[in-house]
Amino acid sequence: MKRVPNRSLRATATWRVHDGFGRAVRAACRTVAPRSEEELQELFRLAKSEGLTLAFRGNGRSYGDAAINSQGLVVDMRGLDGMLNWDPQSGIAEAQGGLTIQGLWRRTIEDGYWPAVVPGTMFPTMAGCASMNIHGKNNFAVGPFGEHVQEIDLVTARGEKLRCSRTENADVFRAAIGGVGMLGAITRVKLKLKKIHSGKLRVHPMSAPNLEGMFDAFEARLPHSDYLVGWIDGFARGNSLGRGEIHQANYLHEGEDPNPVHSLHVENQGLPPKIFGFPKDKLWHLMKPWTNNLGWRVVCWAKYMASALGSHKPYLQSHVAFAFLLDYVPNWRLAYGAEGLIQVQIFVPHATARACFADALKIAQDHGEPTYLAVMKRHRPDEFLLTHALDGWSLAMDYRVTAKNRERIWKLSRDIQARVIAAGGKFYFAKDATLTSEEVVASYGAEKLAAFGALKQRLDPDGLLSSDLFRRALPSVAAATNLDAPERMRAD
Amino acid sequence: MIQLQKAIVVGASSGIGEATAKRLCAEGASVALLARRKEDLDRVAADIEKSGKGKAFVHVHDVTHFDEVPELFEKIVAELGGLDVIVYAAGVMPKIDESEYAFAKDRQMIEVNLLGAMAWLNPAAAKFEAQHQGTIVGISSIAGERGRRGNPGYCTSKAAFSTYLESLRNRLARYGVNVVTIKPGFVDTAMTAGVPGLFWLIKPEQAAQSSLALARRGSGAQGFVPWRWSLVAMVVRSIPSFIFRRLNF
Repeated sequence: MKRVPNRSLRATATWRVHDGFGRAVRAACRTVAPRSEEELQELFRLAKSEGLTLAFRGNGRSYGDAAINSQGLVVDMRGLDGMLNWDPQSGIAEAQGGLTIQGLWRRTIEDGYWPAVVPGTMFPTMAGCASMNIHGKNNFAVGPFGEHVQEIDLVTARGEKLRCSRTENADVFRAAIGGVGMLGAITRVKLKLKKIHSGKLRVHPMSAPNLEGMFDAFEARLPHSDYLVGWIDGFARGNSLGRGEIHQANYLHEGEDPNPVHSLHVENQGLPPKIFGFPKDKLWHLMKPWTNNLGWRVVCWAKYMASALGSHKPYLQSHVAFAFLLDYVPNWRLAYGAEGLIQVQIFVPHATARACFADALKIAQDHGEPTYLAVMKRHRPDEFLLTHALDGWSLAMDYRVTAKNRERIWKLSRDIQARVIAAGGKFYFAKDATLTSEEVVASYGAEKLAAFGALKQRLDPDGLLSSDLFRRALPSVAAATNLDAPERMRAD
Repeated sequence: MIQLQKAIVVGASSGIGEATAKRLCAEGASVALLARRKEDLDRVAADIEKSGKGKAFVHVHDVTHFDEVPELFEKIVAELGGLDVIVYAAGVMPKIDESEYAFAKDRQMIEVNLLGAMAWLNPAAAKFEAQHQGTIVGISSIAGERGRRGNPGYCTSKAAFSTYLESLRNRLARYGVNVVTIKPGFVDTAMTAGVPGLFWLIKPEQAAQSSLALARRGSGAQGFVPWRWSLVAMVVRSIPSFIFRRLNF
């Protein structure tokens, strides 16, 4: 791959096909991969001179088009992946933006520290986690990733490096975290990790016969949980609508684990190499024939019955095994076929969530496209400008996309999104592939978008930073700032 | 159903490229015509306009100006409103004497016959992979089947082009992209004018018709044009080297 060419980017940058993690959106993009901040700054200079926009990409774990730039350059930031500093006394880590969650936890866990917030996969980068302000199964308790970030370095499109924290460039700090990479490149992240006394969590499984039961069980368990996540059978209807399984997990207190050195050892934090006796990297091939409405109906029914009839006794599970469910089956997304999947994750205020989630599940069923995987979580508001979180609940729903049903899936997502907006809800750019500008304005509010636009105008006056997501869902920001790259830049 | 309605033909000013562009237009396609010689492109475009079928867009371009390709490719795709098929028909075969070892000529053949193709087909391949459809047609040659004594540079360029196309086919088939290698025998074009000992000479229009018919099959393949050259190729490939080096072609 081209690092940073010393000749024309437009003429010599490597073409690569980039897809979203869901694979349903993809594009051929010019791609470069800087290896240092100096190369990154040179890249900004070259791109500006050629009228090319830039979008940053880490490990490509955003489901939609956040890290795709079909009209410009994709900047692969994985080359800046060093761990800069780790203090096992304070639990404060400093890392370059390209370091992954995996790279972080493997470095810190034997010192008794675990990232305070992790997503369902260990492969997103620090900059990706910060730019999307990702959340975990403990959002209700500890907030999003950004809440544990103390400081970032932001290299702006003007080539300057800004140190941002809650006391220095605080407005930029609160906007760049969750700012989908549109204010600059996050090249350094300083964050506080969570002290843990064991490599294991105590996990309590429980089942719920319907959506009301899910909400009731969640609310009952929230005060006693460090993590809480629910799986919903998207095929169940009628009185069973929204039935599913909940997993509560708690840290072990100091002294509870008789051998914490052993459980905290990196080698004891692996995922199982085989599942049901099959090598896990081959398992997606077996999943593929089942990845259709009939197959997933059976899988969901079996999973629910196993949960309802099985043991509800607590058990111990490693942090990795509990946290990174998406990594159990490598390449699982290939099982969805050539056109992949989209995930629609909706965030709905507490007061309206029960009715809205029921409607969302029914809308999908009425379209003949039940969600194959639905995951429910509890959330709380936070300090960040474009936050997706609120005092309420989220429901993430995966939908298989095929050449035949693509239009129907997009229509389905529009219908669900309209219902969410009516319920006062929001969406999450890390998952999104379908939101329109109008839906974003309606859910985030014109005022917040204008504030973000003002910062973008200040830090990126030429509109150098853009992406397919930005052009699709956030043109209101560009319009508010008179940024209309690349056409405007070319005309200059 | 293979769509061939939005097309780029590189090397459209003469020979198989011209005939392919005209045939696509006759079927109602919009075709971007690329070549170095403006007057020839204008002539082809005028013929197309006169026919009243299809639409031609003229772009004067030297395929050895590799740096110009990405931007021109994007401009043409925007002009056509998408892309269904790209045909790379540009090629040169300068006359090489028996005892001539001319790097300048070899370089020209590699640049036009191979590197120009890579410069054009790489962005097309990336685009087709992303859109999960599209057709790439490369006009290679039976000359790439063996290293004949007559023109080492030409045989090399066509063998490499055929291998490149095969790699693209193997890479892109899983995404539903159709990559077709056309290996014509002797075609009555400016390139073969005055070359002695030609036989089974066909008109460019016949080569174009057969090439597009192969492309429409959609299965991604290599095809000899006309098909009887496949028998010749089979024989030629099977001749042991110690015999092949004694032959006069």
